[in-house]
Formats: sequence, structure tokens, C-alpha cells
Amino acid sequence: MNTAIMIIVVMVGVGAVFGFVLAFANKKFAMEVNPLIEEVEDILPKGQCGACGFAGCAKYAEAVVEDPEVAPNLCVPGKAAVAAKVAELTGKSAEAAEPHYAHLKCRGTKTAAAYAYEYQGVPDCAAAKLIQGGPKGCKFGCIGFGNCVAACPFEAMTMGDDGLPVVDKDKCTGCGKCASTCPQSIIELLPFTAKVAVSCSSHEKGADARKKCTAACLGCGLCMRGCTHEAIKIDKFLAVVDPSICKSCEEPTCFAKCPTKAIEAIVGAAKKEEQSA
Amino acid sequence: MGEYFTLFIGAVLINNFVLTKFLGLCIFFGISKNLNASIGMGMAVTSVMTMSSILAWLVYNFVLEPFGLTFLSTIVFVVLVASFVQLLELIIKKQAPALYNMWGIYLLLIATNCIVLAVPLLNVENNHSFLLSIVFTIGSGLGFALAIILMASLREKLAYADVPKPLQGTGIAFILAGMLSLAFLGFSGML
Repeated sequence: MNTAIMIIVVMVGVGAVFGFVLAFANKKFAMEVNPLIEEVEDILPKGQCGACGFAGCAKYAEAVVEDPEVAPNLCVPGKAAVAAKVAELTGKSAEAAEPHYAHLKCRGTKTAAAYAYEYQGVPDCAAAKLIQGGPKGCKFGCIGFGNCVAACPFEAMTMGDDGLPVVDKDKCTGCGKCASTCPQSIIELLPFTAKVAVSCSSHEKGADARKKCTAACLGCGLCMRGCTHEAIKIDKFLAVVDPSICKSCEEPTCFAKCPTKAIEAIVGAAKKEEQSA
Repeated sequence: MGEYFTLFIGAVLINNFVLTKFLGLCIFFGISKNLNASIGMGMAVTSVMTMSSILAWLVYNFVLEPFGLTFLSTIVFVVLVASFVQLLELIIKKQAPALYNMWGIYLLLIATNCIVLAVPLLNVENNHSFLLSIVFTIGSGLGFALAIILMASLREKLAYADVPKPLQGTGIAFILAGMLSLAFLGFSGML
């Protein structure tokens, strides 16, 4: 009988002690969470891509609500719609960031590019790069194992049969995850207003570049001379287009003379502009 | 001194809590996909185990034993560990947000895990003194950390291997853990 009472006393005692300790601690160590943060987080696309510069959507929501310095239009995938709503909730003013999409600067398909050796290792771009810069003859080009495709949080990329990744411009939000994952750093983010793009990253001299890939940029400069707005420069045998100057060109003629078609006009740029307007 | 050392090595290698005693398996298989998370988890488990087993030892020796209620130890320890972890989470969330960001989320996983309960129960069973039970607890925590870090490093490498479809994911992880366990069997004659 005594034991039974003791059991009850001890159990109730331990339970009560911890109950009080926890209740007290809950009050003392309480943290106020601003409900506005949850509202803002709800609107964000939640791809956790990090394009805003914060570690995930929850962190950005917290920062934009608490910190007056953080702009409401940092969410790249959210585009104008999200920026406007976030601005409205936080009472800040917003201009939408210009939408971008990912563009691969390489047209070295399995048929166009010459291979230096047959690679039978780990099917990973960074791993293949460790072995003499990759299996292709051109050490600047796309290695083709799809690290970028795997990195895309919005499933906007697929690996094509020709060995190059394909970007779905409708799904691409311009977050830049693919660009930072690519070990060759050959994915660039272009604005939808860009009219032409150079799809090559090779700095090899003309003849060498041509031997290694039939779609390479030779650095011949025909596009540069054909450009009416001086938007193109040749940097170490590679043509570079300045998109801020290029977008004002109505009828681009630079790409017509290109012997390898490394620089080409972008189709469908106007369509996307209509969609987001 | 020798006794402490023997107990410590025993807890880390010979009677490894995960690989020999098969405790804490849900954390072991859940977190070991990522090396950084595993390191965090190893540290979290060791710290929680140490603090909760000290508390459990005190409660056992000053409350349960004097009243002859040692048969209540299991249930009292469960209540103790669960409440203590909850308390710890509240404190860390407020006082050290950086620490909370690192491994606060794991605390919920280990709150009532069998491995955290096993240590005080084993201390009681073996009649360890206060110092001995601390050494044993730290040893078991470090043994768990060792096992999970090894497993995580292996699993990250496994992600590139060509595993047959039916075994992908958990299947091959269990086979790997079995092999690791066999390897640790090699320590059994050591002391």
C-alpha cells in the first residue's frame, strides 16, 4: 500500500515538476514571431533557389519584413506579380527586376564537337572536368552530364540527346542555380530583350577552334564588323555581345555572316515579353 | 583510471551503440545521406545524451532508489528525457539562434529516441558511479557520431554507384550498415 502511494507521489511529482518547468520556460524564453512574415512567405514561390541572396524563402520573408533596407523585388522567380504583392504587404515600393533566362554558351553537340578520349567514369560534369578538362577536344565546352539539369529547382532543364542541356524558357525563372553549378561556367543569364546571343565559350585561335568543334566561334570578327550599334567585341578569339546595347537594335544583321553560326538571333524573345507585360 | 579508459573504448568501439547494439537506427539511416548534417547530428546526440543522462542519474539516485521505486526507472526516464529536450530546444532557440539554425531541428528527432533512453538505463543496470556514467555516456555519444559520420561518407560515395533498382536508397544502406557492423565485430576481442 505504501509503495502504491509512493508510486503515485513520485510520478505525479516528476510530471508536475517538469510541467511547471516547461510552462515557465515557455513564458520566459518566448519568441515573438511576426505573423506578417508568414503571410509574405506564403506568397513566395518556395523554390528555395536562393536567387534573392537569402538561404531560402523563409529567410527572405523574415528579412524583407524586419529589415527596412531589404528590397521587396529580390525574388527573381516571383517576377513582377510577387514583387508587387510583397511590396504591398511590407509597405515598400517595388520595381520588378528584369526577367532573365538561362542560356548555354555552347553548341558542341556529340556530332559537332571532336572528342579527345572516351570517358568511362562518374557521370558528373565536375568529375569529368578533373580528367584533363573533360572528354571533348574543346576544353571550354559543355561536358554534358547534366549537373545543371539536376540543379534546376523548377525542372526547366532537360538533357538533350545531342549531349547539350535544353532550357524551357517558359519554366525558366532566371534564378541562376544552373549557372553557379556549371563547372565550366558557360551558362549565362540573358534578359528576354536580348536579340542575339553567342553560343560558344572557346578562346582558342580560329583554326584550332574549328578543328575541335564545327560550331565554334573563330574570333574572326565578321559579326563585330556587321554590328551597326558597336555592341560586339572580340575578347581572345571569342565574340562577346553587350546585351544592354544590343537590345535597342531593331533589325540585327550581325549573325548573317557568321561562318559557323556561333552567333545567332534569338527566336521567341518578343513572345515572352508579351506574356510578362 | 584504467577502468574509465576501458569503459570509454568499450562504448565507442567494442559495444558501439549503433553498430553492435542496433540502437538509434532511425536517426542513423535518416540523416546519414548528408555528411554535414551527420556531423551536426552526432554533436547534437552526444550533448543531449550527456546532459539527460546526468539528470537521469541524479533522479535515480536521489529520488527513485531511496524510495525503493527503481522499477519506475523506464517510465520516469522517458518523461525526463522528453521534457528535458523540449526545455533545451526552447532555451537554445532564444539564447543561441546560430546554434539553433545549425542543429536545432534535429532535437525533435532525438527527443524520445531509444538511444538516448538506453544510456541512463544501462548506467542504472551496471551500477555506474557518477563519473563512470558520464564517461560511458560521452563514449556512447562519440561512438554514435563515429558510426554516423562513417556511414554518411560512404553513402555520399554510393550516390554515384550503379545500384540495382530494388535496392536503391534504404535497401543498399541497410546492406552497407550490415557490412560496417561486421567490420566493427573485429574489435570484439580487444579488451
